[in-house]
Amino acid sequence: MRKLPHKDVAIIGLGWTGSIMAHGLSEAGLDVIAFERGPWRDTAQDFPPTYAPDEYRYRVRHELFLRPAQMTFTFRNNPSQTALPIRDWGAFMLGNGVGGGGLHWNAEMWRFEPSQFMLKTHLTERYGAKFIPAGMTIQDWGVTYDELEPHYDRFEYLCGTAGTAGNLRGAIQPGGNPFEGPRSRPYPTPAQKQPFNATLFAKAAREMGHQPFPQPSGNMSQPYTNPLGVTLGPCTFCGYCEWFGCGNYSKASPQTTILPVLVKQPGFTARDNCEVLRIVLDAGGKRATGVVFVDTDGEEWEQPADLVLCCAFTPFNVQLLMLSGVGEIYDPAAKRGNVGRNFTHQTVSTATAFFDPATHRFNPFVASGAIGMCIDDFNGDNFDHGPLGFVGGGYMGQVQTNGRPIETTPVPAGTPTWGAKWKAAVKQNYNSSVYSGSGVHGSFYSYDDVFLDLDPTYKDRFGRPLMRMTIDFHENEHKMSAFLTDRYAEILRAMGATRVDKLPRTGHYDVTDYQTSHLCGGAVMGAEPSTSVVNRYQQSWDVPNLFVIGASSFPQNAGYNPTTTVGALTYWTLDAIVNQYLKAPGPLVQA
Amino acid sequence: MRKLLLGTAAFVLLGAGALAAAYVATDPKLPSGPQAESHGDAQSFSEVEYGRTMLTVADCAACHTAKDGGEPFAGGRPIETPFGVIVSSNITPDRETGIGTWTDEDFADALWHGFGKDGHQIYPAMPYPYYTHMTRRDVDAIHSYLKTLKPVHKQVVSDTLPFPLNIRLGMRAWNLLYFRDGRFAPDPAHDDVYNRGAYLVTGPEHCGACHTPKTVLGGDEAGKLYQGNVIQGWTAPNITGDRRRGLGSWSIEDVVEYLKTGHNRQAASSGPMAEEVGLSSSRMKDEELRAIAVYLKAQPGQDDGAAPVPASDPAMRAGAAIYADSCASCHRGDGSGVRGLFPTLAGAPVVQQLDPTSLIRVVLQGARSAATPSAPTGAAMPSYDWRLDDAQVAAVVTYIRNAWGNQAPAVEAGTVAKSRRAFAEQAHPVE
Amino acid sequence: MLILNRRRLLSGTALVLFTASSAPSRAGTIAGALPWAPGAAAPPRPVVPGPWHFFTPAEGRTVEAIVDRIIPPDPDGPGARDAGCAVFIDRQLAGPFGRAEGLYDHGPFVTGTKQQGPQSRLDPATQYRGALRAIDAYSAQHHDGRPFVDLAAADQDAVIGAIEDGSLPIEDVVTKDFWTMLLKNTRQGFFADPVYGGNRDMAAWKWIGFPGARYDYSDWIDRHNEPYPHAPIGIAEAPLWRPAASK
Repeated sequence: MRKLPHKDVAIIGLGWTGSIMAHGLSEAGLDVIAFERGPWRDTAQDFPPTYAPDEYRYRVRHELFLRPAQMTFTFRNNPSQTALPIRDWGAFMLGNGVGGGGLHWNAEMWRFEPSQFMLKTHLTERYGAKFIPAGMTIQDWGVTYDELEPHYDRFEYLCGTAGTAGNLRGAIQPGGNPFEGPRSRPYPTPAQKQPFNATLFAKAAREMGHQPFPQPSGNMSQPYTNPLGVTLGPCTFCGYCEWFGCGNYSKASPQTTILPVLVKQPGFTARDNCEVLRIVLDAGGKRATGVVFVDTDGEEWEQPADLVLCCAFTPFNVQLLMLSGVGEIYDPAAKRGNVGRNFTHQTVSTATAFFDPATHRFNPFVASGAIGMCIDDFNGDNFDHGPLGFVGGGYMGQVQTNGRPIETTPVPAGTPTWGAKWKAAVKQNYNSSVYSGSGVHGSFYSYDDVFLDLDPTYKDRFGRPLMRMTIDFHENEHKMSAFLTDRYAEILRAMGATRVDKLPRTGHYDVTDYQTSHLCGGAVMGAEPSTSVVNRYQQSWDVPNLFVIGASSFPQNAGYNPTTTVGALTYWTLDAIVNQYLKAPGPLVQA
Repeated sequence: MRKLLLGTAAFVLLGAGALAAAYVATDPKLPSGPQAESHGDAQSFSEVEYGRTMLTVADCAACHTAKDGGEPFAGGRPIETPFGVIVSSNITPDRETGIGTWTDEDFADALWHGFGKDGHQIYPAMPYPYYTHMTRRDVDAIHSYLKTLKPVHKQVVSDTLPFPLNIRLGMRAWNLLYFRDGRFAPDPAHDDVYNRGAYLVTGPEHCGACHTPKTVLGGDEAGKLYQGNVIQGWTAPNITGDRRRGLGSWSIEDVVEYLKTGHNRQAASSGPMAEEVGLSSSRMKDEELRAIAVYLKAQPGQDDGAAPVPASDPAMRAGAAIYADSCASCHRGDGSGVRGLFPTLAGAPVVQQLDPTSLIRVVLQGARSAATPSAPTGAAMPSYDWRLDDAQVAAVVTYIRNAWGNQAPAVEAGTVAKSRRAFAEQAHPVE
Repeated sequence: MLILNRRRLLSGTALVLFTASSAPSRAGTIAGALPWAPGAAAPPRPVVPGPWHFFTPAEGRTVEAIVDRIIPPDPDGPGARDAGCAVFIDRQLAGPFGRAEGLYDHGPFVTGTKQQGPQSRLDPATQYRGALRAIDAYSAQHHDGRPFVDLAAADQDAVIGAIEDGSLPIEDVVTKDFWTMLLKNTRQGFFADPVYGGNRDMAAWKWIGFPGARYDYSDWIDRHNEPYPHAPIGIAEAPLWRPAASK
């Protein structure tokens, strides 16, 4: 294996976290190299407005995503089953290429609620320890909302987030989310305009006593130039957002906010189509000396570096730790190890509402990825869980992102799936129904039997074990989903729907059923090395010159989209590296 | 035969005769200009710094540094010409392969008269017909700076043109016809700012090389300085004070911002101009850019009295549909664009040039706009060559040239077809 | 003239150097500036009508008959046959989709739970081939030896019903998984952009009122509950873009 010249920093993955870290550290004067498994992706050449609006290519054939042949997982619902490989993607999508998930997301830009960061303490104090279901392994994050607030702010201003503040330094603001944590200043841009369906939803919710507000959005409501000098254009509501790259520079992504200045940093280099196979440790296993990657010719290279940052997507961060021998892999039976523990996803549900075509014409194709009016009345612990017998919650809203007809032709439950009746129902309802894929965005708390480890049977193309996902819904999530979906359906009925079909999350977790790409945990952060893989700065407890950055750090997943919290944690860690670690390399928290 | 004729015309293109009024012919060996006595002092920090500044203004790096990681000023960059490719020379102070043995006199002789140290004639790809207007101080300063560079040992064979164009003797005859030697002399009828602008534009910046229209034989068209030209598949637009097609509708600040950042409230530079902005004008002082703006805006424009193509024209109607479905999501329905990202089309001089070559090019091939420190976005226009046929490109280009109060000649499908072939050939030259 | 060309034009060299060093599938290094080259990286290549690429003529007729029962013609809108769904499926099966390109194909192949997703060792092209054979065999067995195409509509529907409920056996294929794929592919062909060979003349989009590959509804976000007046456009073409059509 050939060795490349030494760099100060090696970054694995060039999505949101990788590009933020690369920019910050090269600005601090370091030589930074970033490895990206997929290709470089450019707006005008890879997804221009001319061929970006191609539902079949991008939504169905997964143009921008990792191929399972390149890397996949095995999956089972519980440890008694034999895990089988995920041969084609379904329940979640894995971005591939520069920009990562930040390229194909909807850009729904939520902050987590302050109590989320002290979830176990908070719920125990309010409801008592016995209220937390058996087997649930939620914990505090080791970092607080107040500590993260400046970093939330920084990420929102990087992205130009469009929204209406609900809590400015403690003062509740009209029209915003009254449940949000205090923010130090308003959103950088005003909220997006709203389509008919969202407007009806807000009116109905308000009349029912809820407190609707526009979803915070990384789709621009107006042109915006961020603090780095990079300009985004106004969203044109094309309805090709999630699963697609944005062709007119109007969705916040690494491409539209940070890469133009990052590539000009003198100390920065990116290598695309290069897959990092493992982190190299010294003989004692207490220090990372670099990474090994493979190029498209199958040639392996070693890149020595002083600092290694895992900035890949959640399960890949965890997998790199497992395959590199960093920390101990979680074993639920023996109750040992932390790598792979507290893996979570999302508990998404929805309801479809049908209206009279003579009076309702929604034009569902006029949409953006993060459009919509929402309520937060039933999220986190914003409502009394005492009588309900579950914990967790979610925001809900009329957040319909598209009218693309392969995906979005709602018909009433019970309609045949083919033939003349199906066809008539499609025609009848296409423009007079509302369907939000994730109308109810429920939390997914962590359990001792939901985890990642290495599969004993199936191998990747290099002969290494695939990572195995063991994941299912628990009674708590089923109860929560039923309750939230009922509340959501009530609002849809109040909008004037003639029929509402509820689709609560029931039964087992199904790997063929898409419900966001919000995989979280597996390398979680915390105050104690006994229950976490990284400390409050996302620094490995075991290997202090290794940081593992992203939603892999979440001890459990809240009822929100995770990216804004990922961005905040990234800036928080960047600050810690620049202001503390570089001055005195070593553990930032003593174990 | 055709090739030879083209070659002849091309050689004639350098004629800078129209500029002569502004200059005083002098003995080539005698220094002249504002600070004639000041010779270069390679040891002086301020002299070297000044030299670096002037080297930026004269944009030497554009040719003498090879693309993609070439050693600075070690040459080797291919310069495309209609009759072949020549390669820029090594101007680092390497004694064997660079200009390490050159004296200040040798260097001035090269910039002012186009003679190399051994007396051979340099191809006018090196713009000595413009540099001849530079002061000795500026020429010496550039040389002082170049002497501080790391010598790079790199042999460059620049003489790669086919017979008979490789006979450098021919250049002497050409010079007799078209080269006017002489330093810049200020025009007392104008103030210092104007004169500073005149010096920069006609000397080191050599704007006319691209932006002045040429006669059939390649000479500057009399009375049409800076009124726009076509070079190598790009339109070098009108940069006079003309209100429709030139800089007349731009304020001094607009021009300065454009040269500084590659962008302003209306425009985004791409192609060769984006390169110029990145390497040269974005690194210049605001007061120098202001002087350039003052001088250029004072140059007379053209009044061609063209009438707009009527909206009822079939091409305009198809163009409007194509525009709405293909262009409006960035440039907006009213052609207003988005500042810093998507150029304004309504009222924009760049879309109303008499020549549509650049418009056809960016529609067919796309283009990356300039990314500069103060406007780093570098947004790109996508390519439409796979989506629109020649008639459709002609229609949409005709539309943007005549919508929203714009007016410029209609573009024919045949013109697009020719451009399409030429661009393809340029991207994949036939050996 | 040489002087006019003194600035080497970016586009020419950039293309050569870019494709030499970092074409889409090759490892490359990016530093200093955003990469750019003239042209589009991967524009769509429209399907050209003509003979079947994957199906035999008999298979093609069977698929046309099947999809036309899944999405039948009616006075209001096209059926899947006229919309070109069979052509769409044919071209897809002849391409990467048919070969299961990019999917995970390591064994062992074990049938798992519904939640674990399809585990077939056969690629879609092979599954289709086997299924079409099985469909004709099933038709012959239940309808006097006649192949699917020769059945009356109601009998054809009964055969399709047997695929849907899994009672029609297909060798080495989970019939319900095949049905899911067939149904999806038919709808995809019906509603995908016409460049893929289906949704001919954007007929399916016109039928439900979907405006297609448009990218700008800025003027429509505020116009609630109003009919959207513009006809659909495709990625590669729209009738109004033809100068002649505008006369």
